[in-house]
Parts: sequence; C-alpha cells; structure tokens
Amino acid sequence: MQGPESVAALVDDLARVGYLADEGTATAAWLAWRTSRPLLLEGEPGVGKTSLATALAQVLGRDLVRLQCYEGIDASAALYDWDHPRQLLHVRALEAAGGVDADALEHDLWSRRFLLPRPLLRSLEAPSVLLVDELDRADDEFEAFLLELLSDFAVTIPEYGTVTAEVPPLVVVTSNRTREVHDALKRRCYYHWVEHPDLERETEIVRRSVPEADAALAAGVARVVARLRDEDLLKAPGVAESIDWARTLAALGATTVEPAAAARTLGAVLKYREDQQRVAAHLAELLAEPA
Amino acid sequence: MSLAPAAGPAAGPDLTVELTGLADALRRAGVDVPVGGARAAVVALAALAATEDGEPSRGATYWAARLTLCARPDDLTVFDEVFALWFDRAEWAGDVRRGVTLPTYRDVPVPGDQADAGDVEVASAPPTASRLEVLRQRDVAALDAGDRALVAHLLERMAHRPAYRRSRRTRPGHHGRVDLRRVVREAVRTGGDPVHWPRRQRRPRPRRTVVLLDVSGSMRRYAETYLLFAHALVRSQPDAEVFSLGTRLTCLTRAFRSSDPQRSTDEVARRVVDWSGGTRLGEGLAVFLDRWGRRGTARGAVVVVVSDGWERGDATLLGEQMEQLHRLAHRVVWANPNRARPGFAPRTAGLVAALPHVDAFVDGHSVAALEALTDEIAGGRRA
Repeated sequence: MQGPESVAALVDDLARVGYLADEGTATAAWLAWRTSRPLLLEGEPGVGKTSLATALAQVLGRDLVRLQCYEGIDASAALYDWDHPRQLLHVRALEAAGGVDADALEHDLWSRRFLLPRPLLRSLEAPSVLLVDELDRADDEFEAFLLELLSDFAVTIPEYGTVTAEVPPLVVVTSNRTREVHDALKRRCYYHWVEHPDLERETEIVRRSVPEADAALAAGVARVVARLRDEDLLKAPGVAESIDWARTLAALGATTVEPAAAARTLGAVLKYREDQQRVAAHLAELLAEPA
Repeated sequence: MSLAPAAGPAAGPDLTVELTGLADALRRAGVDVPVGGARAAVVALAALAATEDGEPSRGATYWAARLTLCARPDDLTVFDEVFALWFDRAEWAGDVRRGVTLPTYRDVPVPGDQADAGDVEVASAPPTASRLEVLRQRDVAALDAGDRALVAHLLERMAHRPAYRRSRRTRPGHHGRVDLRRVVREAVRTGGDPVHWPRRQRRPRPRRTVVLLDVSGSMRRYAETYLLFAHALVRSQPDAEVFSLGTRLTCLTRAFRSSDPQRSTDEVARRVVDWSGGTRLGEGLAVFLDRWGRRGTARGAVVVVVSDGWERGDATLLGEQMEQLHRLAHRVVWANPNRARPGFAPRTAGLVAALPHVDAFVDGHSVAALEALTDEIAGGRRA
C-alpha cells in the first residue's frame, strides 16, 4: 500500500499540503487509513475537522467526496438516484421507433447510464476520501443506513445490483455534538476529539494561510484569539476566524494587532453582537502584550 | 514504562491483557467503553507498533487506547487519569467516581404485584377509579409511600406525544411532487405514456423535546416524579434529551435508555453530582446553550424547563439566556410545581427575569398537571 509509512510521515505529508496536525489527530488519521476503519471527529466548530479530510485527500492523491448532512437527508440524496426524465424520454424514443421488447427495455432502463451517483456511491466507485460532514444533523434512520455502508463498503441497488468498493474509501465523519451519535456507529469508528491548536501551531497555520500577513501580525492574531477562547463568549472563534482576521488586518495594512484596526475588524472574529459588545469593552486589555 | 513488551508487530498476549485490563478499569471508572473497544485497541496498537522499533511507545499506546476506548469528550479526562494510574501502577482506586444515593421507589411494593404486596397496607387495596382520580390531582410532594408507588405507575404509562413539523422526506400521497420513479415504472407497461401521476408528499416529523430539570434542594420533593416523567418521555420519543440543572449541567439522556425506571434513576444518581445543591439556573442554561443548544439540540425543539425559579445566581444572566433559548427553540414551556399553591405569584427574581421569554407557564405538581404538560409539549390541548 503506498502512502505515509508512519504517523511521523503523515505529519510531514500533511504539513506539505498546509495542514499542521498534532500527534493525536495524525495518529487517528493514519490508523483510519491503515486499518480501513472510519474516523469520527468531534470538536468545537472551527478546529479543522473538515479541512483534515481535504488535506488527507491531497496527501493520498484521492478524490474528496463530501456529503453534507441535514435533517431529512435520505438515500436518494446521499447514495444514488435514477435519472427519471431521461428514462421517460428513452421509453418514448424507443416506442416511436417501433415495437419494443418490454424485458429488454426494463433491463435497459435500470442500467448504469441512467444511474446518478450521489456522494456515497461515488466514494465506492473510485479510491477516495469520504467526508460525512455534520452527521449529528441527519436523523437516526440515516445513521442506521450509513452504518450498513460503513461495515462492508458496499451498497445494493435493488434494480441494478451490488456495488462494492475495490479500494475502501478513507471515511472521515464529523459531528458538532448537537446530539449524541449512536453507539453502534461509534463502535465502528476511531473516536477523536479535536482540540484548538496551541499558540505556536496556530501562529504557523495563520502564517501559511495568509502569506501576506506580517510574522508579528500572525503571532498577535493567534495570541488574541487564544485569549478570546477563554472569554465567556456565545461562539468562541475557530481557526477559520483567526485566518479571516489576519487576512482582514493585513488588507488594512496592519503589521500588528493594533487597537484601532482590531476594533474595526472585530466582526471577522466574533459573529454575535453580544460577543462583540462584551469584548469591545475591554479590548485594550485583551490586546496587551504579555509582560 | 511498565507495559509488557510485545514481541514484534503481532499483538502478543501481554499486550492484549494490558489493553483489556485498561478497558475494564475505564468501565469501572464510569466510561462507556464501546463493545469491541479492547480488540480494536489491540489492532490499532499493533499497526502503530509495526512502524516503531522495539516495544510500543507510551504515546502510541495512549493514542491506540484513547481512539478506541473513548467515545465522547467527557470520557477524556477520566481516560487520562485512568491511563496514568494503570500504566504507572499507582495505587488503583476501585471507585474513581463516588456514587450518590437518591431516594428511590425500590422498597415500595407495587399494587397488584403479589410477590411484593404485604407490609404496606395501601398496596393490598386495589385502586379504585375515584381514588386514582383523587391521586391524579394531589400534590405529589405530599403523598405517602403507597400512593407514590401508584403515581410512579401512572407516570410510567403517561402518553407522551411529540409536536410535529414538516420534513423533507416524502411518502406516497395525494398531494405534493410527482413521483417520477413510479411514473417511469408504469410507462414501461404503457409504452411511454404516463397514464396517471402518482405523487409523494412531505412526511410530518416529530419535533425534539428537551427537558431541563432543576435538581436543586428546593425541588427535592419533586425530583423523583420528574425523573419518572423524563424516563417515560425518553422511552417514547427517541429524539428527546434530558439535562439536569443545579450548580452544573449534566446530560441525562443516556441514563434513561434503560427500560427499567429503577435502573434509570440509579444511573441518574450516579451521574448527577450536584443533587439537592444550590441553583444557578442562568449559568447552567448558558452551558446548555453553549455546548448543546445553539449547535442544534434546542433549534426547532420544544424545550421544557422544570424549576421553581429560585435563582441563587444573577437573575439578569438567567433572563439573557432565556431570551437566547426562546430565539432558538420552537416553543419554551416552563413548568413550576409551586404554581398551583394558593397565593402563588411569580415574584422570585428568577421567574420575573425568565417569564417574558416563555411561551407557556404551567403547573407541575400533580399527575394531572403533568398530563397537561404532555399536551402542552404536543402543541395542542386535549379536547
């Protein structure tokens, strides 16, 4: 099997595509790949759960197939659907051309050419990284349905037959914990809780994502965001917010997180009016360099 | 490092023994270790060890075990403690978490149950319809043991119905979009001409019910009643969530999964560490909204707060959090066991702050009141 030989090799590979993984995240991802067991990621919004899947696809040279879950998602949205309008046209065309053999027509209609693969089926058809995003939004029935697919990486389409993955997809499932994911699913996955990156790593992430930002600006943004996460906020900023903020500040020409620019751009980090008000009141204190 | 060396990548017996032992230790410490977790840990560690020289490192062992034996963030602190103790062979404490005892119905004989009938006189008298009716109206805090057992049975059998909303899923029906799949199937028989147009319509889906249960000292006499109420709710609505609010917030839903109410209440007792303590509703609510509510648990749900509104903390905070909750939830219902008392007026600072952000303020002292509450949850009053 080609790919990263060890956890350390995966850390390097991920860094090369711009994802700075800590030991736990890298170990989890490496094991998921090596032992073909899905990876369930939980953690605060914005810690990089989704971008891990993107980075893994790049590292492994596979397609990223993304399935965004929502309430009411069902098999036809997630797995496959039939192209009914084309099927109808096909029937009429044959009819117009003269007598049709009903059995042959039946066979024709439910063949691959009228099958529309949705993310799950696509992930079985070619080597891929399958990202099942925000599984907690889908309902129980969908979770049960997914379970079946994850246990043998195969699906049966009644009119068509069974599709089995030649190369099992590397499956990354994310959850924001709006509800507890079922035990049956957890039992099949590696469970990893993703933490916010530490100061050093976040600085590095910001520097890589926003090359136009000054080194001092990147470090400053990481420091202030880390402090904001300790504040009592409705929504603590994630890594994405750090990057946004650094980009915004850099665009304004700032080389450090200076009070005037920070106050004007607070909306890039804090997405609730209440949070902005609370922080604006003692912004200077937050921005102060450590003694 | 006291982990017994495993020879080569194959998981030696010692490694298996160590990881199985760790899994057991975690279970004793209250972690719900997934079934098959220990085996998965051995597989993971073997895979990691194959890339290292010599015996598996402590880091590899830690991650192989953590990724397979834990399944929720609350487990992780316990895991770290247990892992350190297990592998450092320090004094191993059998009980990492102290159990808390809760008053229970266990010793109360169930009416009609021959095996238990006996020492409590009331139990041997079959309940008559009129006596049940009286019981339904009585304040549950003032009942004797026999009556409480009867009430427990009424609560367990209570008809919990969820509220409904329309969903994106469909089923065959008379309205809605044309079901093309069926049109195609029938067109094969008719040579391409759709004879009739079957349709699919949206299917109503139950709304989630979320119960936030005040377990502070002032609510003590109602706690058992509401635990039984919550148990019946979780058993009949798979989506429902129950949390306890006291000095901290605890998610109780999993504790109620058992079909046996007694086992459920025991499990709740084990989980709730702030039983009969003070009340900091505002802070608890803030934690709920932060960790669960805003992410989706409260979104579009029917949220029931069960509390007498005795707030020891800052009532302003409670008001702010209730306002947030009201914006997220479909409906917010506040049930107060004291509301039915003669001369009651919502004058406590907590209630004054909270009530403007509530859709319904209802009684919560008797079986009848709780029946009315189930109607309130379902969104329509019983005719």
